[in-house]
Amino acid sequence: MEALTNFINGLSLGSVYAIIALGYTMVYGIAKMLNFAHGDVIMVGAYICFCSVSYLGLHPLLGVLLSIVGCTVLGMVVERLAYKPLRNAPSLNVLITAIGVSYFLQNAALLIMGSDPKSFSSIISLPALNLFDGALTISATAVLTIVACVIIMVALVMFTTKTKMGKAMRACSEDRDAAQLMGINVNGTISMVFAIGSGLAAIAGVLMCAAYPTLMPTTGSMPGIKAFTAAVLGGIGSIPGAALGGVLLGVIEIFARAYIGTQLADAVVFAVLIVMLLIRPAGLLGKPVNEKV
Amino acid sequence: MSRFSDFAKARREGVKMVPVPSVSIMPERDLGRAPALECLHLGIDFGGLKAVDDFNITVGRTEICGLIGPNGAGKTTVFNLLTKVYQPTRGTIMVDGHDTAGLDPARVNRLGVARTFQNIRLFSSLTVEENVAVGLHNQHHCGMATSILRLPHHWKSERWYHERALELLDIFDMTGLASHEAGSLPYGAQRRLEIVRALATNPKLLLLDEPAAGMNPSETAELMENIVKIRDTFGIAIMLIEHDMNLVMNICEGICVLNFGKIIAKGTPEEIQQNETVVEAYLGKRKEVEA
Amino acid sequence: MGIKVLSPQARSTVFTYAIVVVAFVAVTVLDGMGFISHSLSGQLVPICAYVCLAVSLNLVVGVSGELSLGHAGFMSVGAFTGVVVAGCLTQAGIESELLLFVISAVVGALAAGIIGFLVGIPVMRLRGDYLAIVTLAFGEIIKNLLNNFYVGVDAAGLHFSMKDSSSLGMTQGTILINGPKGAVGIDKISTFVIGVVLVLITVAVVLNLMHSRDGRAIMAVRDNRIAAESVGINVTKYRLMAFTVASALAGAAGVLYAMNYSTITPSQFDFNQSILILVYVVLGGMGNIWGSIISAAFLTVLPELLRPINDYRMLLYAVVLILVMVVPHLKIYQRVTEAVRSRLAHKKPAVATEGGEGDE
Repeated sequence: MEALTNFINGLSLGSVYAIIALGYTMVYGIAKMLNFAHGDVIMVGAYICFCSVSYLGLHPLLGVLLSIVGCTVLGMVVERLAYKPLRNAPSLNVLITAIGVSYFLQNAALLIMGSDPKSFSSIISLPALNLFDGALTISATAVLTIVACVIIMVALVMFTTKTKMGKAMRACSEDRDAAQLMGINVNGTISMVFAIGSGLAAIAGVLMCAAYPTLMPTTGSMPGIKAFTAAVLGGIGSIPGAALGGVLLGVIEIFARAYIGTQLADAVVFAVLIVMLLIRPAGLLGKPVNEKV
Repeated sequence: MSRFSDFAKARREGVKMVPVPSVSIMPERDLGRAPALECLHLGIDFGGLKAVDDFNITVGRTEICGLIGPNGAGKTTVFNLLTKVYQPTRGTIMVDGHDTAGLDPARVNRLGVARTFQNIRLFSSLTVEENVAVGLHNQHHCGMATSILRLPHHWKSERWYHERALELLDIFDMTGLASHEAGSLPYGAQRRLEIVRALATNPKLLLLDEPAAGMNPSETAELMENIVKIRDTFGIAIMLIEHDMNLVMNICEGICVLNFGKIIAKGTPEEIQQNETVVEAYLGKRKEVEA
Repeated sequence: MGIKVLSPQARSTVFTYAIVVVAFVAVTVLDGMGFISHSLSGQLVPICAYVCLAVSLNLVVGVSGELSLGHAGFMSVGAFTGVVVAGCLTQAGIESELLLFVISAVVGALAAGIIGFLVGIPVMRLRGDYLAIVTLAFGEIIKNLLNNFYVGVDAAGLHFSMKDSSSLGMTQGTILINGPKGAVGIDKISTFVIGVVLVLITVAVVLNLMHSRDGRAIMAVRDNRIAAESVGINVTKYRLMAFTVASALAGAAGVLYAMNYSTITPSQFDFNQSILILVYVVLGGMGNIWGSIISAAFLTVLPELLRPINDYRMLLYAVVLILVMVVPHLKIYQRVTEAVRSRLAHKKPAVATEGGEGDE
């Protein structure tokens, strides 16, 4: 039964990773950049929700909505100011800019909110699920997180395959110049992807803080890296891959924590990534790309 | 131009092409020596599509061989198979009598196959001389520790590289460009540099992928002269893909025609020019033209 | 021989060494005259360490063209190995600080080089962003393992444990590495002079390697992997060579860094540290060694210079970072520089072309 509890906790954590990884993978797929500031958008989202609930006394649901809107706008503004001028620059320059944005967000949060951890009183006030006469307790947060992850993934897959905007996004990630020649508004599409990715990050931020209720300016960076790892594990650019990678990573992390030790859990997670990449160099669901000679 | 055509014709008349195994032909002077290249039933599939199938050819040690065919016939794929950029699905490649099964491109090069690329692939941030020196890499050794400590052997080998590189660049009169960045060279010079770099690896078989692409007639004429000169000075086999029929018909001794990944004809330039299947492959069937 | 006779390559080499020497002389003179503040003089050794790290990472990122996000991991391997070696040598009764440092640095570099080689074998099979994420993962793994690593030394020799300090089974002697608490009570034997010498050695190794047979091969692989293979270059060997040498140099820099503080912890050498070094390299220019030196030194000092606006300095640092990257790509900036250049470039003809040489 303990293993099952761990498994469900793993699924819940993995779902958070998956939601972040979805944002990562979409941005990478279209802009071909490692957006290291993505993790910090999670932190911003969590802070917005925290402030609107704790300081403004708004309803939690309204807080979540506000945080999604805030992060979406933030994502678009950052894209417009920092990344758009670098569209044709070497990818490393974009990477450094993303790091700069990450530093900026962290330090801005530090200035505004202070360095002391804020305790995030759970905004989800539903009763926990008791199964098998109390032998197995599943918190409402876990259930909600997993459900949210599934809904988001299905919605994203539908969006990218069925809608015109989604098809434009896939076209841009395949070949940006060709897409432009076909009359697709590439800049608008990229901006849209950043908006969606950042909105997802806000949801992830709220869900994560509901499960692990400490909020600091650096809260986002480690989950950000892990989600990035998850995206690569699943095959970067692939939406189901990101979800799969995220869930796998979460489950592995919780099991490693339980059976190997808290200190070594991260090492195990990264070791799994390395082994996986050596077996499948393009990730679990990624397609290997061969250079044309 | 005309001066050169006469020259080529004159030298070709002295060559007798004779049939050898794998239904190829080979210059008579190369008989009795291991062929530079021998392919048997070579083929590769790309997801069910047989990009190249049952490719058989023998190239003599000092032969200039042309590989022609319509666009998309699989000519460059053959080169990629010969240099192991792609691993063949089936068949055997023998270079200088050695089976290349399981080797990677670098090993195949050390066995004696050098190539140029259709879309130029130079080390564009290195200088012209350094590009050739990289080609000379396996011809001379100098260890990492020796270089880092700047021991006397390092300076000696650097001088060796410098002198050899200039010698090779001299073939195309490019010594004056030695210290230029390769990426900044004009197009024609970049193509010539690729050939020099390939030659620097001391090959037995040189593969040229569309060496005359983008060149004007006078540049092409000079290139033709140089290809023959390279073959004569180095005594190596040259296989080339080219769409310029003037070049192919003038300097190639044997020609192999590829269509839809299969060889449709092999023979001397005269034979190929009169081959009906070849004409059909390039121009379509007569019936269709009339209809 | 005047400087104009030298080739551009030799000129840049001379310039690189000159920067280090001039900086050293200038700092020594200024220090003697009392112009160097206390906080800045405390930064001198870390500056040297970061310069070494930036130059060595440039060998991987700039010269070999592979994005590595785990350089701090190799730095920490060197640092902790150095601390253990120094601890053992002190136990064995070696007094000379210079000898202590040299042996520690050499062993630290070797250890980091070996780890770099072992890590590189699987890593070099991957390309691009996948390679980057795996180096990041290795960096984190090294940090995590060191967090669980306990080393002590007593008269009986070295003791290791992966559990806790009590399981070392020592009654006396000193604990050298104490898990997450890191190494404590390090002898502070790094000096600015040692630092500058290490910088010179690092620069010499990287430049000599770049301008040699192997360096050409490494750069050829960076410029065009397929073409390099086609001329018989063993691609994996040369990528691995650059990675291993850079790791070893990072290890030596780690020893220098560690020996400047009395305490170091494994969490100091995390992903952010790796990123910091990468920033120096990108800002200084890929493959540009003197650029790395200047940007590493400048960016290490910058937060110190910004100390008057303490609260906002990291924010400003971030803004500077973004602006340096973004501004050169803004249309206004490009138009202005183009106008300036066209006004200046009246006398100089453009690149020499030889397009006509084939036409006869």
